[in-house]
Amino acid sequence: MSDQNNIKTPKRGNMGGGGMGRGPGGPAGMMPGEKPKDFKGSLKKLARYLSAYKISLFFVLIFAVASTIFMIVGPKILGNATTALFEGVMNMIADNGKGIDFDYIGQILLLLLGLYVIAALFSYIQGYIMTGVSMKVTYQLRRNIFAKINRLPFKYFDKTSYGEVLSFLTNDIETVNQTLNQSVTQIITSVATLVGILIMMFSISWQMTIVALLIVPISFVIVVNIVKKSQPHFSEQQTYLGHINGHVEEMYSGHNVVKAFNGEESSFETFDHYNTTLYSSAWKSQFLSGLMMPMMTFIGNLGYVAVCILGGYLAVNGRLSVGDIQAFIQYVRQFTQPIMQIANISNILQQTTAAAERVFTFLDEEEEVSESTTAFDLATVSGSVDFDHVNFGYNPDKTVIKDFSAHIKEGQKIAIVGPTGAGKTTIVKLLMRFYDVESGAILVDGHNIKDFSRGDLRSLFGMVLQDTWLYNASIRDNIKYGRLDATDAEVEAAAIAAQVDYFVHTLPDGYNMFLNEEASNVSQGQKQLLTIARAILADPKILILDEATSSVDTRTEVLIQKAMDNLMEGRTSFVIAHRLSTIKNADLILVMNEGDIVEQGNHFDLLAANGFYAKLYNSQFEKAEEQENELVHDLPNSESIIS
Amino acid sequence: MIKLSRYLKPYLGVLFITLALLFVQAISDLNLPNYMSDIVNVGIQQNGIEHATPEAISEDGYALMTTFMSAADQQTLADDYLLMSPDDTANPDYQATLEKFPALQTESIYVQTDTSAETFETLDPIFGSATWTFINYMRSLDTSATDSSSTANATDLDFTEIYQALPMLTQLPPATFDEAREQAAQTPESMQVQTAVQFTKQFYTELGVDVGAIQNLYILKIGAIMLLLSLIAILAAIGVGFFSARTAAGVSQSLRRDVFRKVQSFSNTEFDKFSTASLITRNTNDITQIQTMLIMGIRILCYSPILAIGGIIMALRRTTSMGWIIVVAVLAIIVIIGVVFAIAMPRFKLIQKLVDKLNLVTRESLTGLMVVRAFGNQKFEENRFDAVNQDTTANNLFVNRVMVFMMPTMMFIMNGVTLLVVWVGAQQIAASAMQVGDMMAFMQYTMQIIFSFLMMSMMFIMIPRAAVSGDRIQEVLAVKPSIVDPASPKKLPMNAQTTLAFDHVSFRYEGAEEDVLHDINFVANPGETTAFIGSTGSGKSTLINLIPRFFDVTSGAVKIDGIDVREVTQHDLREKIGYIPQKGVLFSGTVASNLKYGDPLANETDLAIAAQVAQATDFIESSQDGFEREIAQGGSNVSGGQKQRLSIARALVRKPDIYIFDDSFSALDYKTDVALRRALKEYTGNSTVLIVAQRINTIMHAEQIIVLDHGRIVGQGTHHELLKNCTTYQEIASSQLSEEELNI
Repeated sequence: MSDQNNIKTPKRGNMGGGGMGRGPGGPAGMMPGEKPKDFKGSLKKLARYLSAYKISLFFVLIFAVASTIFMIVGPKILGNATTALFEGVMNMIADNGKGIDFDYIGQILLLLLGLYVIAALFSYIQGYIMTGVSMKVTYQLRRNIFAKINRLPFKYFDKTSYGEVLSFLTNDIETVNQTLNQSVTQIITSVATLVGILIMMFSISWQMTIVALLIVPISFVIVVNIVKKSQPHFSEQQTYLGHINGHVEEMYSGHNVVKAFNGEESSFETFDHYNTTLYSSAWKSQFLSGLMMPMMTFIGNLGYVAVCILGGYLAVNGRLSVGDIQAFIQYVRQFTQPIMQIANISNILQQTTAAAERVFTFLDEEEEVSESTTAFDLATVSGSVDFDHVNFGYNPDKTVIKDFSAHIKEGQKIAIVGPTGAGKTTIVKLLMRFYDVESGAILVDGHNIKDFSRGDLRSLFGMVLQDTWLYNASIRDNIKYGRLDATDAEVEAAAIAAQVDYFVHTLPDGYNMFLNEEASNVSQGQKQLLTIARAILADPKILILDEATSSVDTRTEVLIQKAMDNLMEGRTSFVIAHRLSTIKNADLILVMNEGDIVEQGNHFDLLAANGFYAKLYNSQFEKAEEQENELVHDLPNSESIIS
Repeated sequence: MIKLSRYLKPYLGVLFITLALLFVQAISDLNLPNYMSDIVNVGIQQNGIEHATPEAISEDGYALMTTFMSAADQQTLADDYLLMSPDDTANPDYQATLEKFPALQTESIYVQTDTSAETFETLDPIFGSATWTFINYMRSLDTSATDSSSTANATDLDFTEIYQALPMLTQLPPATFDEAREQAAQTPESMQVQTAVQFTKQFYTELGVDVGAIQNLYILKIGAIMLLLSLIAILAAIGVGFFSARTAAGVSQSLRRDVFRKVQSFSNTEFDKFSTASLITRNTNDITQIQTMLIMGIRILCYSPILAIGGIIMALRRTTSMGWIIVVAVLAIIVIIGVVFAIAMPRFKLIQKLVDKLNLVTRESLTGLMVVRAFGNQKFEENRFDAVNQDTTANNLFVNRVMVFMMPTMMFIMNGVTLLVVWVGAQQIAASAMQVGDMMAFMQYTMQIIFSFLMMSMMFIMIPRAAVSGDRIQEVLAVKPSIVDPASPKKLPMNAQTTLAFDHVSFRYEGAEEDVLHDINFVANPGETTAFIGSTGSGKSTLINLIPRFFDVTSGAVKIDGIDVREVTQHDLREKIGYIPQKGVLFSGTVASNLKYGDPLANETDLAIAAQVAQATDFIESSQDGFEREIAQGGSNVSGGQKQRLSIARALVRKPDIYIFDDSFSALDYKTDVALRRALKEYTGNSTVLIVAQRINTIMHAEQIIVLDHGRIVGQGTHHELLKNCTTYQEIASSQLSEEELNI
């Protein structure tokens, strides 16, 4: 449990924490993207997830395509108006009395107005539906992930940090959401636009279309080249940004140490080195990626000029109308955008699939072994516990608890002792079935704990750990967490027993005071007391306590001790002991070292055995002893303890 | 934010160049539609013939046109034209003219002598007027004959027929045409000129000119100019990109460096004011924000207004009568953006909060995994999460649907504007206020202007964000460190026997109402251990932080060998001190690099001994790499206890005169604690050792124990003395030690 707080959000590619854009630094596609392991499989899974929204998606497709079509025919029809206008002008020049046909032009414009209204409406409807779909999918995915957390075995969290899980729920889901919300529509409209524009262009003039199409491979080559050139700089920029962030974080967190050891100069030198490299990669990557836009504009202009020249030539020969040139110019200008977007699709798809893959892998993780139902009356359980030849290891190849047997009678105190990192919480985890034993059995009142439903089994236990977990809610709600259906009177009774009541009344809103996000508006000791109150309210048959109360001032510590004593009264208790008095009064001491139970027995038996416990005990006891002999001699066995 | 602009100073020149390049780019970009318009107006409509005034004209044609001119106009024309005959080979222009107008070979032609723009300006209307006078006169003859010919194109006249009638026409008195001329004046001048161009085309054809070639040549010429402009535009854009990238990266480099330097000079007072996390963000993310803003700012914020204003000027030069369309379009865009953001913004903030909440609930659930399951509250947690999830989803849905509204609406506005331009433009064209090409160019300018305003509005969303970052950076830079070196520092004696004294020291945190330490008085002697104990908040850590000047005393003095620590340089002072922080702090690198942090000159034996004393040898040797074992950033791959041992070893390597252990044994188990202290005693020798501790076990053998309570010394002496005469000490002892231990 020493790794309780290792929440670190892993940095992954260019996915910034939410927001609207696809991360800072540059346009998507510049960053070396991450690739999914099983692209097809994960994509299929995502598709299956979306299949529930088949009808909605179908409408999205229809409306998107329809809106695009209406949008695309616009310039061509508008071209007719321009042509009519142009011819009208020629008539005026020639003064043949025909003039400009305003009726016709007016009709065209009205028709276009209608088209544009419909296009906008369709586009909006399409966006409206798609947003709904993506939000529903996101909601569902988040919900599933959260529910999954509660169904995963603890084993899973041995290899996956909380930060990673958190990242599934935030970064990855956000990526999927953005893709659904923007990219899906973009893909549809880009393809529709491209095809539509091509058709329209061909319908105007095949010669000009071919000229316009020539710009596609040119722009493609340029895009690819720019990306290829700038990608190393982007990577370097990311790396050095990471270095700088890391260095700054490290130096600022260790500010006192840096100062105390006069390390400012060397720290600055390191920083300056990173900073200089960052500068050069930053401007290069920014410059190169910034080339994309002007380059594409230039290519667009090339096409534009080519169309103007060729169009002018064709118009002179009467093979093309002025309106067509105008329409064609508009098409050429719109042409590059969908190309860029389509070029980007594979990148987005890969990012999304990689994100979705992580989410699905998480959702597919093996869950806790299915529940059994408790076949007997829980109320009759009195609290005796038997360990029957228990074997257990976190890894199959490393057994940490070997053939452990013990019989604990109802109401007994069991002290678990051992140096830091000895695995004292392993027993606790086994008792509460956070982990299952490999072989052997743990029995509560003679029933194998596997024969309880997990919920029922855990309801027998009350737990007060060193890591005082509280959540962002009122003090009352936090105590109530022990038993959600408790009345206020019961909550307050528990609070009184846990020595909480007196300090609650000194707080601004009393029981209704909200704990802030870090729960830092109550002291560490008060937190400990609250967790005790919570356990008292739960009124468990068996208790699990961690005595360690470091960084708590003396007076609070006395209160905590008192509250714990209240709590243990008449209950079977497993105590991760730090106090000599607790250890000495225990009915059974389990001595742990390096994850293994090395000895068991009561205080005097163990001392007599002169084994690990005796050494451990002496190392603490010696201080008292040593003090007497301080000036006389060193303890003869001190060396052996050190080793 | 404004104050940070001094960082742009070194780049003023570059910025100026960039601005100039932006102008070049804008002018090039803006001129493209102009030339496109020329292609339509002149290239297509006027067959590539730019002027109504023919450069050369046949004698018949000359006679015909002059016939329909007023006397004054005839005179002007006579001044500008010269009759060139096929025999005029001596004329220096002869060859060139012959090439252009092959008819010169066989007949005399009139050639324009002056082809300056001014001549065209005066001559074009004259030809226009003459053309329309001619047309009107002919029509007046026609109407008297038949009506049917009115639909025939006036420009499709057969000139040979008319030339036959020429002698008759020239005979007529000039007044005959007055009526026709007045009538012609009713037709707008531009229309007259455009029609005249059609005549000129006929005249050219007469002279054997390949009119089609002129047209193609014209289009190609304009095309080439357009290409050139594009090229200039892209070169300018590349230049802008280059300079803006370098400027932005350069500014952020200096900012980053200065902030880092500044923060390094901070004492704990300043650190506490900002919080470490906030300082990190200010040194990293906030500066990145500024960099992005600068690049975008130069490329877009500077460019958009130039483009917008240029576009407006260009558009209005085409026609002022449609200017209101631009105003309407821009207003519509601004209103839409304003409304959308007014609706969405508050929700955006709400969403950010909800996302944080979502994270919080998940984080809580994850860290409380055991508790949640122990109490069987999975369902409760899921409901708690679901409530936030639903809230988030609902708000996201709303905001996204509002945002989805934006794109189609924008597109509709742009398309609507296009339609409006065509409709209004058609009226204007009918009134001959402009030509079709002008309308097309106007359309494109309008689009450019709308885009510029779109971009600008985007920037106005971005700028406040960057401004916040800028202010946060400026806040750091503006801080004057509270702890500085004295102007003329004294030297500390290098005698390895250092006495440390607190002389009536009081300390109060900045802005606090009460002193944290009151009148602290004690002397710590070399070769002895002085320990500090007391409950949380009693001021122990604050006290020892005064020694390396992490804070400065509020009154009194901390003296080393009689010298006030404020009278020496921080560097010299800290050279004397080995400091071990409460939480083991390690830096990325190796075990060896971390230990050498204490003394860069330490050799392997020094490190080995220090590690041995600090009880870190087991840990170091447990890895194959030994002292070369990697330490991750912040020492995250090492347990808390190991970190503490290595931090201790680091201080030991330094072999300082004063050791400061700030509760540095808390993560060690009793066994290690004891072994370590025993070894330490020997190693520290004559040094002055100061220890802050929570556990009495740790300090009970100290030569001097100082008991602190609420910032005051309430007890001072050895363990035994204090057990007898200090109630606070007794309280602490009784809560930590067993009866047996206490009774000894």
